[in-house]
Amino acid sequence: MYKIAYKKMLNPTVGLMKIEAPLIAKKALPGQFIILRTDENGERIPLTVAETDKKSLVTIIFQLVGATTIKLGAMNEGDYLSDFAGPLGRPSKLEGLKNVAVIGGGVGSAIAYPVAKGLHENGAKVHIIAGFRSRDLVILEEEFAAISDEFLIMTDDGSYGQKGLVTDALKAIIERGENLDEVIAIGPLVMMKFVAKLAKEYNIKTTVSMNPIMVDGTGMCGCCRITVGGKTKFACVDGPDFDGFEVDFDEAMSRLSEYKVFEGNAKDHVCNLLNMKNGTVN
Amino acid sequence: MPNMSLKKNDMPSQKPDVRNKNFSEVALGYSEEQALDEASRCLNCKNKPCVSGCPVGIDIPSFIELMKAKDYIGAHKKITEASSLPAVCGRVCPQESQCEGKCVRGIKGESVAIGRLERFAADFYSANCEEKTTGKITPCGIKAAVVGSGPAGLTCAGELAKNGCEVTVFEALHKPGGVLVYGIPEFRLPKAVVAREVEGLKSMGVEIVTNAVIGRTITVDELFEQGYNAIFIGSGAGLPNFMKIPGESLKGVYSANEYLTRINLMKAYENESDTPAKRAKNVAVVGGGNVAMDAARCAKRLGAENVYIVYRRSETEMPARTEEVHHAKEEGIIFKTLCNPTEIIGDESKTVTQLKCFEMTLGEPDDSGRRRPVVKPESEFILDCDAVIMAIGTSPNPLIKDTTEGLDTNRWGCIVADDNGKTTRENVYAGGDAVTGAATVILAMGAGKTAAQAILKKFEK
Repeated sequence: MYKIAYKKMLNPTVGLMKIEAPLIAKKALPGQFIILRTDENGERIPLTVAETDKKSLVTIIFQLVGATTIKLGAMNEGDYLSDFAGPLGRPSKLEGLKNVAVIGGGVGSAIAYPVAKGLHENGAKVHIIAGFRSRDLVILEEEFAAISDEFLIMTDDGSYGQKGLVTDALKAIIERGENLDEVIAIGPLVMMKFVAKLAKEYNIKTTVSMNPIMVDGTGMCGCCRITVGGKTKFACVDGPDFDGFEVDFDEAMSRLSEYKVFEGNAKDHVCNLLNMKNGTVN
Repeated sequence: MPNMSLKKNDMPSQKPDVRNKNFSEVALGYSEEQALDEASRCLNCKNKPCVSGCPVGIDIPSFIELMKAKDYIGAHKKITEASSLPAVCGRVCPQESQCEGKCVRGIKGESVAIGRLERFAADFYSANCEEKTTGKITPCGIKAAVVGSGPAGLTCAGELAKNGCEVTVFEALHKPGGVLVYGIPEFRLPKAVVAREVEGLKSMGVEIVTNAVIGRTITVDELFEQGYNAIFIGSGAGLPNFMKIPGESLKGVYSANEYLTRINLMKAYENESDTPAKRAKNVAVVGGGNVAMDAARCAKRLGAENVYIVYRRSETEMPARTEEVHHAKEEGIIFKTLCNPTEIIGDESKTVTQLKCFEMTLGEPDDSGRRRPVVKPESEFILDCDAVIMAIGTSPNPLIKDTTEGLDTNRWGCIVADDNGKTTRENVYAGGDAVTGAATVILAMGAGKTAAQAILKKFEK
């Protein structure tokens, strides 16, 4: 059992928790993830490690999108998760990078944060572009500001930061002559697809963090397979970071929708049980 | 006088049209009367050919003699001298190609039902005896780590603990048992049976740590730093293989590992479970092993109308246990042998709708000694299906190999180990599917036991 030592809602649909898991806290590096189960009947879901205190606490940030994350969001400090395994996946390769644009989309920003922080600690120049639908969904603003050389918030509706897409901001940075070694994009597949497409026009190496459906997450079930450069790769052991120019995003988007109908039903079921509406407490 | 009946006692089973709708155990086990009758068919041969067919060398005639005398507890004890998981092996061993394949009675008529007798003894013991009381074991001073809690790991841990080692088993998943819980379905091996074996180990003082992914949570080197003298790696078969044909990324295409894990480990068939599994109408399972049979029979139980086994050789070459093939047929699984898929076809939503196959014929024997399947020209046909499950084997998991220096693997990525389970890294032993590639429960157990004995010998004072 793994204790929830701290909980905070970052916005109405995004929660942050610190979980007591010393072995993982001591080990996890940027880009790695954990698999958790809330309870005995719970699903195994992967979540990226947002931060650790290197001693005992592992921070996870999650969006209340499906049955499991809604269940998780309904848990409180002092409660226990039945399972918490990791750190899984290969750490992001950050060594040697000097000038990097880190792009986070929505809750993907939470995953981009440890990567950006790692780069900042390595002494790299870090440009952070964080995209959100609107002002009330913005997360980690102070944290990002503290570790970046440049920090741009983009909103779809212009209610905060600049109005526009993260690709607009990336294009502006590149066009003004910033000499980027690499673009690291973490967020919705469609965002990563278009970031990779844009960066390719300028031939700037792009790394994306893939988030397919997983079951065991340790290299056994093969559910997380994606196609990279025409070859089958398993995100849990070969990734989750891959070359953005090589990933078949359209296929990944299709595969991510495999259980949509079931997820919708399960979400309604959990919401009814918890007396919630669309994952938000009534 | 031995019972000279040419036929073995039939196994009482749930009726096929009943059991293919539930997940309860198919084979119900012998009654005492049947067990005694079956035991009396054993000739107690002096040269014991059956024992030579058992990968762990159970003294089969001796345990059957004890059964004849109604000393079932004694029979169980006799089996456990050689095997730590009799209730499991009695259920899942391919007896026909092992002990029973060597039985003299099988020359004219059917062999003695050794597996069923083993199961009876094991089930009798657990129904009538308290939790294993092993008495005081004198500590031998060896501290051992076992990676993986499948058949190899559990056996190795049991053997080490029995001899006084301090043993910790590290399991990556949330539940111990490895393939016995995520792979083999409830209807073939009830999870309560596995749990009982695990409890037995715990009562011997074995510590089991779940959610511990060796290579990630803790590395092999760190285990040595923590004071373990020896490490046994029984991490299992690894990642599923796919055929590399078009359409394998369509929705509705699964590896058998994924499909079975969702159903067995995550209990997707129960309402309370949060984990989904597709309820498909027409399912094609590609492969001819036990895993393929398990996946097909699970699909049927989840309500599929038509379930096909698509296998490129003939039924004679199928690696699955005879009984599983027989049970699958009884349950209405349709066998498409001598058929090989060449493409999976999907609709506009990228969901599988059809499997394109070719008929095959058998040519000259290949490296495996089995006759090589050859495509029959112009024999293409289409199977309508909304799920395709690939059960064509696995490739080793890279986690431990990639994080352990000095641990050699072969060209397929399997850990290199000698006959005693010794790897190229000092004090690291390995066995089971991690070494051999996908094989059987009993072979993994045999490897776990051999490695345990090698560890004991090495550290003997």
